Amino acid sequence: MNPFDIPAQLWAFQIFTGLAQGSLLVLLAVGLSLIFGMLTVVNFAHGAFYMVGAYVGVFVFMQTGSFWLGLMAVPVLVGTIGLVVERFLIRPLYGRGIDYPLLLTFGLSFVFIDLAKMLFGKVGLPFDAPEILQGAVDIGIGYFPAYRLFLIVAMVVMVGVLWLFLEKTSYGLIIRAGARDNEIVRVLGIDISRVWLVVFGLGTASAGIAGYLSAPMESVIPEMGIPVLVQAFVVTVVGGMGSLVGAVVAGLLVGVVMAVTSLIAPQLTDASMFAVMALVLLVRPQGLFGRKGLME
Amino acid sequence: MSDTPLPVSGKRLAGLVRNIAGHRVAAAVAALVILPWVAPYEALAVNILIFGLYAVGFNLIFGYTGMLSFGHAAFLGVGAYGCGVAISVFGINWLLAIAIGVVLAGLTAMAVGALAIRSRGIYFAMVTLALAQCVYYILYQWSDLTGGEDGLRGVSVQAVNLGGIELDMLNPLTKYYVMLAFVGIALSIFSRILESPFGAVLKAVRENENRARACGYDTMVTKWLAFVLSGMFCGLAGALYAIHLSIVPIETAHYLTSGEAVMMALLGGMGTFFGPFVGAGMFLLLQDILSAEVEYWQFFTGAIFVLFVLFFPRGIWGSILHWLGK
Repeated sequence: MNPFDIPAQLWAFQIFTGLAQGSLLVLLAVGLSLIFGMLTVVNFAHGAFYMVGAYVGVFVFMQTGSFWLGLMAVPVLVGTIGLVVERFLIRPLYGRGIDYPLLLTFGLSFVFIDLAKMLFGKVGLPFDAPEILQGAVDIGIGYFPAYRLFLIVAMVVMVGVLWLFLEKTSYGLIIRAGARDNEIVRVLGIDISRVWLVVFGLGTASAGIAGYLSAPMESVIPEMGIPVLVQAFVVTVVGGMGSLVGAVVAGLLVGVVMAVTSLIAPQLTDASMFAVMALVLLVRPQGLFGRKGLME
Repeated sequence: MSDTPLPVSGKRLAGLVRNIAGHRVAAAVAALVILPWVAPYEALAVNILIFGLYAVGFNLIFGYTGMLSFGHAAFLGVGAYGCGVAISVFGINWLLAIAIGVVLAGLTAMAVGALAIRSRGIYFAMVTLALAQCVYYILYQWSDLTGGEDGLRGVSVQAVNLGGIELDMLNPLTKYYVMLAFVGIALSIFSRILESPFGAVLKAVRENENRARACGYDTMVTKWLAFVLSGMFCGLAGALYAIHLSIVPIETAHYLTSGEAVMMALLGGMGTFFGPFVGAGMFLLLQDILSAEVEYWQFFTGAIFVLFVLFFPRGIWGSILHWLGK
C-alpha cells in the first residue's frame, strides 16, 4: 500500500497496536536484560519460560475460571521454576566460561517444550481475555481493543514496580551494586549467589507473565516461545544488554516498527525488526542504552 | 579409531595415536569410508556425513576461534537453496550448482559476519542468531524462487558424470561415496587451514584475543575471515544436503538447525578435528532410535545435552583424546 494513501487515523491506530505488541516485548526483554546484567547469563530458555508462563496461567484459569488468579499464579510458579533452574543447573557453571550457561539453557528449552507436549498435548489450548477486557474502548482516534490497552497499562505498571524495586529499595541497591561489581559486594559481606538466584527468578517470572498476557492473542502451543526468543534478542541487542530503559525503549520501538511495516508492506513485517537491529549495530554496536565494555 | 585386540603397552598406544593424529585427514576419511557398513542404514550414514561436515564448519568458529555462533543454519540453508535453485529452477550442472551454493553461503557469511563481529563476547551469539533468522525469513518470503513454507522441490540429480564415469546417484551407497569425495576434499582444506599460520592466529584469538592483538594481528579481520570460511564449509554441507534429499525443507535455515550444529560440536568435542563427526553421528543416531521408540524424543536429546554441558563439556571424542593424552 502506498504510505501516502493511508489516513492519519489508521497510522495512529497502527502505532497504538505497535505499542501494545511492544509492551509484551518489553516484559520479555526486561527479564532477559536483568538476568544478563546481573549474572552475565544469556538465557536461551527465555522463550521456553514464556511458553511455560502461558501454560501455567491457562491451567490455573481452567481450574479456577479466574483470569486474575492466573495472572497472580504465573509469576510465582514460573519464578519458582526459574529458582530451581538457577540453583541446580546454572550455578555449577559459574566461572566456567560465559558460553556454558547459554548452552545449558538452550538444551533446557527442548526439555520444557516436550514436557509441555507431554502434559498438555501438542494442540493448542483455547483461551480468551476476561469479559471486562473484551470489546473496544474509544481512545480519541477510534475504538481500540480493550485488551491491547490493558497490555500497555500492565507493562507500565510492572516495569514501574520493577523500577521502584531496583531504585528505591535496599535490596534493589544490592542488585545494582552487584551488576556493577559483584566482587566488592561480596567483600562487603553480602551473599551474592542468593541475589543472583532472586534475579533469575524475577527475570523468568517476567517472561512467564509476558507469555500469559500474550495467550489471549496468540495460540497457546508448546512451540510458541521459539520465534519469541528471537524477538527478545533483537530488542535486547537494540536497547543494550543490562539496561532497563533500553529494554523499554527498544521493545516499544520494535513493536511500533513492526506494526507500521505490516501496514505498508506486510511481507516485510518480520524483516523490519532485523533492519532496526542491523542499523543499531552499525551505528551503536553496544545498543542504544548499552554501556560500552559491559559485554566484554 | 583402532580396534586392535592385541594388548598394547601405553607407550605403543600413544605412538599409534600420534601416528593417527599426524594423518588426521586420512584417518577421518578412512573412518567415514567404513561408516555406511556400520550405520543402521545408508541414508543415516549420508546424514551423518553431511551434518558432520556442517558441524566441522561450525567448529572452525566455535571450537578453534572460540566464538559461539548461533547463525550457521543460515549458511547451511543458503548453500542448500543456492545449489537447489540452481539445479531445479535454472537447470545448471550439479558440480557448478554446488560451487554456487558454497559461494552464496560465503557471501551471506561475509554480510552476517561484518555486522556480528562488531558485537563482542556473548552478544555475538544473539546477533548471529537474529541475523540468521533474518535470512530464514527472506528465504521464507521469497516463495517464487524458494517455494516458501513448502520448501524447495525438484532438486533432482539422478546420475552424475565424474571424470567420464557415470555414477548412479539413486543408489544410496554410490551417493554416499560421491559425497564423501567432497567431504574428503573439504577436510583436507580444513586441515590445511588449521596448520597454516592463519590457523595459529585463530587459536591465539581463542586463548587471548588482547594478546593476539598486542602481537600485531588484526583480530577483527582474522575473526571475520574465519567466520566466512566456516560459513563456506557449512554451505558445502547445505549443497550436498539439497542433492541428498532432492528437496530443501525451510527448517534447514531455522535457528534451531544452528542449535543442532552447536549440539553436535559439543557432544563430539569442540575444537577437535574428528569430534564433530562423532557428535553428528551420536546426535542423529540418538534421534533415529529415540524418535522410533518414544514420541517426545527432543526431551531426551535436550536432557542429554544439558548433562554433557554440566559433566562432559569436552564431549565424547574430546574426552577420549584427553584420556589418551594423559
